[in-house]
Amino acid sequence: MSLKQDFPIFQNQPNMVYLDSTATSLKPDKVIQKILEYYQQYSANVFRGLYPLSERATSEFERVREITSAFIHASGPDEIVFTRNTSESLNLLAYTLCQTFPEDSEIAVTNMEHHSNFVPWQQKAIEKGFRFISIPFDAQGRISPETLTRYITPKTRVLACTHISNVLGTINPIQEISRAAKAINPNILIIVDAAQSAAHIPLQVQNLGCDFLAFSSHKMFGPTGVGVLWGKKDILNSLPPFLYGGEMVEAVYEEKTIFKVAPHKFEAGTPAIGEVIGFGAALEYIQSVGFETIHEIESSVTQYAGERLKEVFGENIVLFGPDIHIPRAPLFSFTLSAAHPHDIAQVLAEDDICIRAGSHCTMPLHTQLRLDSPASARASFSIYTEKKDIDALIVGLQKVVKIFKK
Amino acid sequence: MNIYQELILDHYQNPRCHGKLSMQSGTFHLENPSCGDIIDMQILIRNNRIQDIAFEGKGCAISQASASLLCEHAKGSRVEDIKQYDAHTIIELLGIDIGPARMKCALLSLETLHSLIRTAENRSVSNK
Repeated sequence: MSLKQDFPIFQNQPNMVYLDSTATSLKPDKVIQKILEYYQQYSANVFRGLYPLSERATSEFERVREITSAFIHASGPDEIVFTRNTSESLNLLAYTLCQTFPEDSEIAVTNMEHHSNFVPWQQKAIEKGFRFISIPFDAQGRISPETLTRYITPKTRVLACTHISNVLGTINPIQEISRAAKAINPNILIIVDAAQSAAHIPLQVQNLGCDFLAFSSHKMFGPTGVGVLWGKKDILNSLPPFLYGGEMVEAVYEEKTIFKVAPHKFEAGTPAIGEVIGFGAALEYIQSVGFETIHEIESSVTQYAGERLKEVFGENIVLFGPDIHIPRAPLFSFTLSAAHPHDIAQVLAEDDICIRAGSHCTMPLHTQLRLDSPASARASFSIYTEKKDIDALIVGLQKVVKIFKK
Repeated sequence: MNIYQELILDHYQNPRCHGKLSMQSGTFHLENPSCGDIIDMQILIRNNRIQDIAFEGKGCAISQASASLLCEHAKGSRVEDIKQYDAHTIIELLGIDIGPARMKCALLSLETLHSLIRTAENRSVSNK
């Protein structure tokens, strides 16, 4: 079972085997129609217009804040900031938080972070002279709460940790990680990159024990250009603004400006209105499918992929991350002894099989793995992936082995 | 058309000009950090010509086959001519258009060779 029929791209690309949903997911018809509806029926700007079209745009736009809040079980829509993507959400935090920290602060990230949850912290730490710590993952590709205690100190102000690794497929125990970190420093801020989890597992920010959570619309069946930052209301309001401009101000005088409160304080300029509205349809689509069904489809295809890859390529394939029988995100990164990841992806591309090859924006992760080349191939799955897509991948990889056989 | 033509695979699996030179005018190391392609190249310049050239490296088939094809082509050529080599030269050597995503891999060896020539020339200027 899969939900291929909901995604019109498959009618236009009937031979495509799409195994790159970790990079971006495909879009269901409902989302595309919702965006079209905005552009064709009420494409006015939000907030400022006193006429009905603008009022409709504003109410549709703000309704998505409510949907998003309910989706992650936040306390309310004013905890939801719309950004451009996860990277911008995390940059917003790095820029504003680091302004408020004293000189002897420490910032901790993990070796499995995507560059977007690594580089902003590293750069701010360099700029401010903070100690910067990157925590390694264990042999099973996990960040264990016990490991944290060796790296976190009472001076560690931030722990930036991904929920799901976009390369290893590890699902990190955020709740335990938050608890362990806060036992050392109750004031530490836990910042979670949920870009890879939001479309696959239900998020309950209250239970995760984190202080901030960031994710992107385009990885969860929504349009590009929309990111979300969730933060507790008081902390959000205690932060300085990130970008200045229209919409984020209450009043402007020659000598000073009074800013709005969160979330609008962090949303300078005209937002991606049509895209945010489309994102709302994506969230409703996920809810209509249900996480139980999502899990059923994805775990069955992921397990099948893991078993087939092992069965067919045996010693010649290295699958990254936790053992294939441990619950994981719907993805496998791997290396084949026969060929470099780029060559693998290129051979597959000739048969319309879309996978990703390279460092997947995780050079520190690949460095820790001490591979021959700091690169891997990655196949990732979603609710439209079928077993026959995995079979096509296997046939494609067999072709790779044949081409590169000496 | 499959880019892994016999020519490319042959140069990848049996690289020409592979190894180190006993006498050389310079050696240079270059890599693509994001994908791990590495080229170490050496040249021997005599009378403004590349009298000898050799490389070692690791990485994808495109990066290594390009290096092999380039070294073979450059050997015996005038330094002035090699300075004119560009992306088209490499594509012609490979015999196939490889698309924008792989150009970085294909051009790594040419970049190495150009850096080698620049370094060798700077050294000879400063020695004078």
